[in-house]
Amino acid sequence: MKYQVQENCLTIFLPKEVDHHNAEEIRRDADAVIEKNHIKYVIFDFGETEFMDSSGIGAIMGRYRLIQLINGEVWAVHTNARIKKILTMSGMTKIMQIYEDEEDRQ
Amino acid sequence: MKNTNEMEIVFDSCSANERFARVAVASFLTQLNPTVEEVADVKTAVSEAVTNSIIHGYDNEIHKISVRCRICDDKFYVTVRDEGKGIEDVEQAMQPMYTTKPDADRSGMGFSFMEAFMDQVEVESEPGKGTTVRMEKTIGKGRNLWTTQSL
Repeated sequence: MKYQVQENCLTIFLPKEVDHHNAEEIRRDADAVIEKNHIKYVIFDFGETEFMDSSGIGAIMGRYRLIQLINGEVWAVHTNARIKKILTMSGMTKIMQIYEDEEDRQ
Repeated sequence: MKNTNEMEIVFDSCSANERFARVAVASFLTQLNPTVEEVADVKTAVSEAVTNSIIHGYDNEIHKISVRCRICDDKFYVTVRDEGKGIEDVEQAMQPMYTTKPDADRSGMGFSFMEAFMDQVEVESEPGKGTTVRMEKTIGKGRNLWTTQSL
């Protein structure tokens, strides 16, 4: 898993495809980092991601459950239209913020 | 004269094959000249069904999964079959957010995704015998041929 920690904020750079096969690894690695670094905010960076199924939703929900215990937040950035649709359909937009930067917003 | 074609693949129920299955189905689908969106829909639905067979049907043990695709004009049919433990209550299993494995971070959205992305989803299952998921999608519904558009 590619990631970056800045203070209590963890950014996870998701792979090209997020399915059950690689969601397992993300889940395991993310939880270890969250615990070790007292993470409160998790940012899922979808910049590279072209495919995600419900296993990805499960992975986001699981991390949300973990950090909401300490009032943390989950964010999504660099989502393409497909990923946005998947996140909206599954109700993820109720628990996480989708951040769009200026250049994406046209 | 009907345009028909068929293919079947059988593979081990290991998680690395989730990608193989959806990519194989997507490349078979290309002959119908689908939109990017339609390819993504079918890939997601296949990924969900195959993942279900691996995690729930076979409880992560390695057995065989079969994926069969059929084309009949603009209709695309895909069937995912396992001979795993089966589903006791199909109706309950298909409820959004219902999962038997919440602690394994399963979202319970698998069947909901299949239903959202395909036109029709049918599940046949018998405990101890296995599960068959049959899905159907008409390809190119909203697409007009360029020759019919005014220039």
